[in-house]
Amino acid sequence: MSSLTVKDLTKAFGTTPVLTGVDLHVPSGSFTALLGPSGCGKTTLLRLIAGFEEPDSGSIVVGDRVVAGAGRSVPARRRGMGFVPQEGGLFPHLTVAANITFGLPRRQRRDAGRIRDLLQLVGLDAELADRSPHQISGGQQQRVALARALAPEPSLVLLDEPFSSLDAGLREETRQAVSAALRASDATAVLVTHDQAEALSMADQVAVLRQGRLAQRTDPRTLYRRPGDLDVALFVGEAVVLDAVLRDGLAHCALGALEYESAAALADGPARVLLRPEQLRLGVPGPRDPVARVRSVDFYGHDSRAWLDLPGGIRVSARLDGADLPSAGDDVSVTVRGAARAFPAAGDQGTAAPVVERAPVSARLA
Amino acid sequence: MCVAALALLPLGYIAAYTVDVGWSGVQELVFRPRVGELLWNTARLVLGTVVCCGVLGVGAAWLVERSSVPGRRVWHVLLVAPLAVPAFVNSYAWISLRPGMDTYAGALLVVTLSYFPFVYLPVAAAFRGLDPALEETARGLGLSSWAVFRRVHLPQLRVALLGGCLLVALHLMAEFGALQMLRYPTFTTAIYDQYRATFNGPGATMLAGVLVLLCLGLLLAEIRLRGRRGYARTGRGAARPGRPVALRSLTVPALAGLGALVALALVVPLASLGWWMARGASTALDWNSLATTTGTTLALAAAAAAVTTAMALPTGWLAVRVRGRTATLLERSTYLGSAVPGIVVALALVTISIRATPWLYQTVPVLLAAYAILFLPRAIVTVRAAVEQSAPLYDDVAASLGSSGPDRLRRVTLPLLAPGIGAGAALVFLAVVTELTATLLLAPTGTTTLATAFWSASSALEYGAAAPYAVVMVLLSAPATVLLSRDIHGAIATDAPRGLTT
Repeated sequence: MSSLTVKDLTKAFGTTPVLTGVDLHVPSGSFTALLGPSGCGKTTLLRLIAGFEEPDSGSIVVGDRVVAGAGRSVPARRRGMGFVPQEGGLFPHLTVAANITFGLPRRQRRDAGRIRDLLQLVGLDAELADRSPHQISGGQQQRVALARALAPEPSLVLLDEPFSSLDAGLREETRQAVSAALRASDATAVLVTHDQAEALSMADQVAVLRQGRLAQRTDPRTLYRRPGDLDVALFVGEAVVLDAVLRDGLAHCALGALEYESAAALADGPARVLLRPEQLRLGVPGPRDPVARVRSVDFYGHDSRAWLDLPGGIRVSARLDGADLPSAGDDVSVTVRGAARAFPAAGDQGTAAPVVERAPVSARLA
Repeated sequence: MCVAALALLPLGYIAAYTVDVGWSGVQELVFRPRVGELLWNTARLVLGTVVCCGVLGVGAAWLVERSSVPGRRVWHVLLVAPLAVPAFVNSYAWISLRPGMDTYAGALLVVTLSYFPFVYLPVAAAFRGLDPALEETARGLGLSSWAVFRRVHLPQLRVALLGGCLLVALHLMAEFGALQMLRYPTFTTAIYDQYRATFNGPGATMLAGVLVLLCLGLLLAEIRLRGRRGYARTGRGAARPGRPVALRSLTVPALAGLGALVALALVVPLASLGWWMARGASTALDWNSLATTTGTTLALAAAAAAVTTAMALPTGWLAVRVRGRTATLLERSTYLGSAVPGIVVALALVTISIRATPWLYQTVPVLLAAYAILFLPRAIVTVRAAVEQSAPLYDDVAASLGSSGPDRLRRVTLPLLAPGIGAGAALVFLAVVTELTATLLLAPTGTTTLATAFWSASSALEYGAAAPYAVVMVLLSAPATVLLSRDIHGAIATDAPRGLTT
């Protein structure tokens, strides 16, 4: 297993730049997710690492071996990387066993013990070995594809949105099997995904790509709690963003005076603050806390979301657990748990326009 | 490039010849009552056949796919089976029994019975692909069965139906054997007669020019239609089969209708063949010549299949993988070339080989070239479908697993393409077995195939002697028909009967 270092990687298709100066470091044995909206260049980055495309400039180093850059390019078949494509990409004319052993030397291809071990590694029954790819489920196909990629003991495993074609129940189960197999084989892995929940729950490290650039690279908790900018914050989860004024170490906003932290020191004055909906607590209205009116409640079973109207026409959402839910029309007090994250005000316009941002469904339901 | 050049050879020949003859020559040769008469004959036959095939094809497809008629699987096979009987064998079967068939009505009957499966197959496939939810929604809105058919089914079948009809029209334009035997004069038979009378006179070539223009018009319509085919399909096909419509008291009439159609299209020709076999066997069944002819036919068909598939492989590959303008142009040009009826291809190759390469005239290579021009599209369609299925992804994955270029070709690409290549070769093989027109004009002296042997015997009214050759042809065609009726869903199956055009 080796580390992966990508330096200043640039790639354009025709005149359309896809990647501009991407730097990325994946430590040996770690699991890194490349997260970004569709069209941000994450799949291209993966294909450059795999050697299916060649970069315009920049370098790719695996361990201490330069595989691309400085005028040299190692062909894909000599890079020793396992690749798991979107829908598995199992060879339709081969059985499961023949698929798994495809990358092994001829002598080892008939080794039934080896095949059984590899199937076991991805949590599949040895009985599947003689089936055709179309006779097994989508989740099983993905696991076989992973076993095939792991069989030659690659230095690095690359996964290109491997779960996006699976339905919700199967996806979770397959994710866990894949995580376990990767951990068991101690593999360095890079996963491309547009699903925040997938990136946050599976990876040791998440790299957010945005318009062909690396926006932030850190561990999942830091990414969610201390995002580098508002765009990243909104991309990795549901958010409440309010205009605020910073004064005396507190952020004064529609939810009162909040403690805050920020990436760089911010001068007192207008700013924007980020809260996660689960930081908002509702209670019985008291004399001091800000009061909101419940507009509606979305009930999910394991938790709920309340849409709240604050004075001044500001609307925010709060994530509630427990059974004690308010009803629409109730007046409630709103308190904030933990610190807000402050960002410079956009253009210092100072308008009172509130922003309630909604993250994609997958993040909300996860 | 060579493939496209070969495919366009007949068109180029016609164009060059026309320029050569000059405008006044063209006027003299084309604008005359005889041409008008042929045009009228061809037009009314094409129109009549298309209408009859459309009605029969849609009706039969609805009964088999959407109604409760008993024995649907059996009917399906029986309705595709007429494709195993070449049209000229069908017309022989009829006229040998009823010599009075040489009229418009007779011709209409025979070609309709030969060609209605071209409409039946795509329409049945379309019926099967219909989303039953749409029909249920329509019924929920209070529509009757007839209204559902008219307002829900028919609009969705339009593309399949029109495609099938165009195919019938194109085949009919190129049909020679059946019409010659029924003595119904159209362009193809007139070209043949002119050619026989005056060899390669300008008259024949100008008639061919008019015919080619008609065919190209139809082909353009077909290409435009196919460009829009995607709109007819929603989602990934039907999630579940629709519930068949109960016929109740109409079951007997429906069975009678299907039975009559199958009897006319299949039982009559087969019975006629059997009768003549029985009659001929006592007098003139020459086993020796039958075996030799069959051997020659199989050898020619195998060679043509190999050559044509070898030509189709790079063209199909380029069309899918490179997807440039040039690649598309190359592929289209082979379609264009093959809208040209067999008689015209033969005429062009005869003239060109006499003028440019006399040492090639009436040799096997020229005959194989004609087969390649005629049947390339069949091979390309299947090879193309296979290339489309073997996504470049497999190549990438194999490379990431350390497999080298030649190794990938051997272990991934060829195994993935093999079924398509095989199917393409088989289609060409079977087409050559029953090819008549080009073989008649181009076969080396002394070389007879099943089709030409059958033709010379039946032209001499030796119906008994002709029957064995026809029987062998039908037997050889039968496997392809089984293939067609089985995977009605696959691209290969629905495109296979597209014959001349695709």
